[in-house]
Amino acid sequence: MTQAADSRLGATLTKRARPLEALVQGLLFLAGAISVVTTVGIVYELGKEALLFFRDPAVDFSEFVTGTQWRPGAGQFGIWPLVLATLITSAVAMAVALPVGLASAIYLSEYATSRTRGILKPVLEVLAGIPTVVYGYFALTFMTPLLRSIFGVGAVEIFNDASAGIVIGILSIPLVSSLAEDALSAVPGSLREGAYALGSTKLETAVRVVVPAALSGISAAFVIAISRAIGETMVVAIAAGAGPKNFTLGEDSLFGYILNPFKAGETMTGHIVRISGGDLSYNSIDYNSLFAIGLTLFVITFALNLFSQRIVRRFREVYE
Amino acid sequence: MSVAAPERTAGFPEGEEIDRQIETRKRQGAIARSLFLLSLIVAVLALLTLLVTVINQSFGLVATVDEVSTAEIMESLGAATDAQLDELDKDQLVAVLMGHLERNPGRRLEREQRFYEDRLVFETQAKWDEVCSTAAPPPGCSRPARSRSDVLALVIEEVVKPQIVGIWNLGDSLFQRPQIEAEVNQAVPGAELSFRSWVSGRFLTSPQDPEPATAGIRTAILGSLWVLAITILFAFPVGVAAAIYLEEYAADNWVNRLLGTNISNLAGVPSIIYGMLGLAIFVRTLQAFTSGAAFGAGADASANGRTILAAGLTLGLLVLPVVIISSREAIRAVPQSLRRAGLALGATRWQTIRAHVLPNALPGILTGTILAMARAFGETAPLVVVGASTFITADPTGPFSKFTVLPIQIYQWTARPQPEFRNIAAAAILVLLVLLLTLNAAAIVLRNRFKRTY
Repeated sequence: MTQAADSRLGATLTKRARPLEALVQGLLFLAGAISVVTTVGIVYELGKEALLFFRDPAVDFSEFVTGTQWRPGAGQFGIWPLVLATLITSAVAMAVALPVGLASAIYLSEYATSRTRGILKPVLEVLAGIPTVVYGYFALTFMTPLLRSIFGVGAVEIFNDASAGIVIGILSIPLVSSLAEDALSAVPGSLREGAYALGSTKLETAVRVVVPAALSGISAAFVIAISRAIGETMVVAIAAGAGPKNFTLGEDSLFGYILNPFKAGETMTGHIVRISGGDLSYNSIDYNSLFAIGLTLFVITFALNLFSQRIVRRFREVYE
Repeated sequence: MSVAAPERTAGFPEGEEIDRQIETRKRQGAIARSLFLLSLIVAVLALLTLLVTVINQSFGLVATVDEVSTAEIMESLGAATDAQLDELDKDQLVAVLMGHLERNPGRRLEREQRFYEDRLVFETQAKWDEVCSTAAPPPGCSRPARSRSDVLALVIEEVVKPQIVGIWNLGDSLFQRPQIEAEVNQAVPGAELSFRSWVSGRFLTSPQDPEPATAGIRTAILGSLWVLAITILFAFPVGVAAAIYLEEYAADNWVNRLLGTNISNLAGVPSIIYGMLGLAIFVRTLQAFTSGAAFGAGADASANGRTILAAGLTLGLLVLPVVIISSREAIRAVPQSLRRAGLALGATRWQTIRAHVLPNALPGILTGTILAMARAFGETAPLVVVGASTFITADPTGPFSKFTVLPIQIYQWTARPQPEFRNIAAAAILVLLVLLLTLNAAAIVLRNRFKRTY
């Protein structure tokens, strides 16, 4: 018996096998792996259906990439009308969100007292928490009539990219300002104090010292906002138009029609929602074409997200 | 630098020039400061405008014309023609229904819910017994009889049938009432002008209806709750488990770094892409499961996998990264000393996590989960793609039912060209915002109540 006791003494010093612990760890790992499965699932499903689309005899890949007519009924699948509408709405949105968001962030981080911040930040959070379908309603019932009363009923169509874009800009303000404010507040106070000591005013400190020091975080915030605006769906589905703005280069006026934000133009996301909201039969070319658009959208936004992470990692100034 | 410095001093201003420059710089500072503040005010104004727009459309004057006027009803009853419907008792109201309804619509109403416990109005006793003894008796066989106010509502709906001929928003109704009255009297003589709140108890409890005046959001709210329940059941356990793994177990190797990067990338994928994933996987590939056929519970054969289950799982995948990220933060905030104390007392890793780390991180985890649920509650695009029904009036009965949700109802009503639908869309938005506010308030209360500092 003493021999057994001795060997037990030795055994306690080595790691004991605990099957239950290992099981728990395995289960937890599986839960974590679901995220990877999701990514793989997205790429696989989008890729598979998109491949079916491009294999279809009616579809020509070069036409898809360069074409300016999207008429599924006529077998014309050029993605440019949809991409262009997405670019227009996103550009309008960013023209609103980037300056307003950055200026708000500078005010919140450099000027505001803690009391003002306590009042204003929750307002921004509420703004960020409102569902996008409500913003869509807002675009259609408030922004479009407003634009029409300013620029004239003849110039602004009932559905138009401008009002959708402005409203997407409004809903992106909280995103830009909160991310940019995080970046600005991360700049150490010693830099500000150094600038003051050299005689800078508050504005000069903010614009020439703090903003450049936080530039990586601010640019990342901008890129994320662009990616979000491109993927935004409900606002454009409601307010931007219910048909692709097909055009012919050279024939249609470039600024009067093709790039005119006051004309109706369906975006990539808007098109997916409208077509899939109707009766859609699987294995039809319409169904597959949605996945080709989805894949394009996924690639663009994923690249932008990766790019923003790269910016942060590459250009981050590490203080202290 | 030190060599160049003396030369530069030559460029510096002197005397009054200094004061002038300082003045200019101060002025620039003041202007910029007000511009920065202005941007914030723009954001606040946008929020206010949005709320005002919604409220403005949710209430207001409505001009209605009755198909059968109250006076005619009173005349048919032999009562004074200036009497009001409210003054009638239940028997008189039932008599009005009998006088104005055909036999078949009357029987339909009676089978839905009877008028008296002890006698029948439209049906014969023999037919009633026969109908009630079938395998699927109509609800009227078992439900208690209609109350007087139910019958009154029925008279208004089936006999009086008020038709809306004009709608005004809240602002106009308050400030331009005389003009509106004059306009109505001129355009539609006999029309009755009344103030209407588009959000009402009836609006909350009625099912979807093609007629905006009688449509409600009962189906949509129930659908939202069902979908949300599935989303929580999926995303909460999986999200928390993934967060525990990444914070407590994962060694710093490439697999786990990939997991972390992947999760933050997934949080940035547009929601509509999740809808397409849900359509391809849950609706099509796993149709046997999501339609319930695999469990022998094909509640709705026409759903074809476009069910509450598929929608809930899709939203579950969508909010999973959010749940994981916020849970990781909550777990990370638990101090190391607690873990070390647990391990030092001989507890295993999992025992330490279960008994010490999780209880301390729970408020943070719940707060993050509630916020994620608020996001799922307002999501529209992925569910349109997954295939929400465009028009259903039946309440969802389980995870295999067809569904619609509140944001989709709002989308469909907003997309209609008729102006009345704008009003019920606004009313539905108000309901949605109130529900979301409740969820967010719950998160804030939770955060403040259980906030601990170590």
